[in-house]
Amino acid sequence: MSTKVYKKGSTLQALPWLGPALFLIFGFVLWPTAELFLMSFRKVSISGVIKGWAGFNNYRALFDNGDLSGTLKRTAIWLLVVVSATMAISLPLAQLMNAKFRGQKFLRYSVIVPWAASLVITATSWKWILDAYYGIFNNILRDLHIIKEPIDVLGNPNTAFIALLVVGVLVSLPFTSYVLLAGLQSIPHDILEAAKVDGAGAWKGYWAIIFPLLRPAFLVAAVINSVYVFNSFPIIWVMTQGGPGYETDTTTTFAYKIAFRDQDIGQSASLAVGNFLIILIFIMLFLKLSKWRELDQQ
Amino acid sequence: MMRNSYLMKQKSKGIALSVVGILVSLAFLFPYVTMFLTALKPKADITDIPPTYLPKAWEWDNFIKVFQELPFGMYLRSTILISVCTMIVGLLAAIPAGYYLARNHFRFRTAFLLLVVVTQMFSPTTLLIGIYREMSVLHLIDSYLGLIIINASFNLAFSVWILSSFFKSIPLEIEEAASIDGATRFQTFRKISLPLALPGIMTTAIFTFIAAWNEYVVAYTLASSPSKQPFSVGLSLLIGYYEVKWNYLFAGSLIAIIPIIILFITIEKYLVSGLTAGSVK
Repeated sequence: MSTKVYKKGSTLQALPWLGPALFLIFGFVLWPTAELFLMSFRKVSISGVIKGWAGFNNYRALFDNGDLSGTLKRTAIWLLVVVSATMAISLPLAQLMNAKFRGQKFLRYSVIVPWAASLVITATSWKWILDAYYGIFNNILRDLHIIKEPIDVLGNPNTAFIALLVVGVLVSLPFTSYVLLAGLQSIPHDILEAAKVDGAGAWKGYWAIIFPLLRPAFLVAAVINSVYVFNSFPIIWVMTQGGPGYETDTTTTFAYKIAFRDQDIGQSASLAVGNFLIILIFIMLFLKLSKWRELDQQ
Repeated sequence: MMRNSYLMKQKSKGIALSVVGILVSLAFLFPYVTMFLTALKPKADITDIPPTYLPKAWEWDNFIKVFQELPFGMYLRSTILISVCTMIVGLLAAIPAGYYLARNHFRFRTAFLLLVVVTQMFSPTTLLIGIYREMSVLHLIDSYLGLIIINASFNLAFSVWILSSFFKSIPLEIEEAASIDGATRFQTFRKISLPLALPGIMTTAIFTFIAAWNEYVVAYTLASSPSKQPFSVGLSLLIGYYEVKWNYLFAGSLIAIIPIIILFITIEKYLVSGLTAGSVK
């Protein structure tokens, strides 16, 4: 399609068509964004009443917060481990989802389930599975003679964080593997066949021929997944509430706790501004990688 | 001989793939199967130490009892109300925008597209305090309307993207023929393009509906009265109680997610393209 098919319209003509969408975006996405930035510079009482401007006091309070550095470290680990494990597992998983075998449809539908199901429900189920007394995780380990005494996985900060990482990966896999599957499906059949040399050649063929073609999809999936993982709230909140103490908090749950438990809205806003700026970096990466402009040029 | 052994090899490869496929599937389904088996257990079985893998008695009527044992009906009502309204508000905003983008070049087109792509990646979780503040200014805290409008706004980009590509796939000649017959711009849109884009409209409707159905953090923060809370919030608060009725909790959860999973599978084809702003199709 050339650009000729489009009708030229004045800005005013566009307004009735784009108006409702613009109203929602400006009114309920950008307004809260502005409010968040303003809030980080405001002095807010414990009951939530604005008492004037605070300059950089909220940011100072945040940097003085003793739990910040641990949370930052954990957030970096959370993001790095979940995203890289997810991407590493998605590659063979997408390959499997694309292969022809009996049960392929069943696999595709099974993979979609954690994506479709509410994260709260999935996390609740894992909390129950890992329960120290009634959960079947301990039961399975005991029946396999791996442990004698039940372990309280979510009660110990180290094991709790590992459990969160595993569940984080499991709920991230559907999106990334479906993106890679779409990428695989866009590769012409004869190229896939050419790469499929039996034996030792298959591995080489994959990295030499298929992966380079998958790279755009891989990068887009990794960036969008990073945003999801960074923002991930329900899993951590339902399974551990960032506890014991602050030991499994990421900056996302930490910001929530500061605002709604410690009742320090100003300090929480300053942390959320930091979170927002990190998301912005990912958005810029996405804009570079994505083909959103194609819709513009077509 | 050669051919035979080749076929044998292909066949055993197919079986091996099936076995791996089934095992991977079960790994993904494991928490939901556990949920299902727990949902069927009688109350006394729940606190067995060690727990049994299968229910000792299969209590199918737990799926009915959940409506008496937990405020499940109330949560479901709120969830349905919020999701249906979010879907309608979302469509009302996204359909005209998607159509106009598909058919027109205008001055701020690139700016508008950029706005849509960028805000698609904004998350209510990060902006929670801003949302809370705005909602208290607008007196929309603890209201359905507040949740509906926030859900609709944050899921708009997907719909605009998908709808625009659906409208674009409608041949322009069909619309031109209508306008030669004297139809106005809006009539052409309503009588010709809208029905032809119905699959796209269904896709975005389902996507928005599910996004609102599963939304957690905004409702958790804004909906303080139990009668306004959707299922996700109600459930997470119930596990805080001293005695958790896990069997009923999971029976309710399954009722809440099974229709959603089926709906989600119907729009699977378009999910990737909509969520990557058309970067991966």
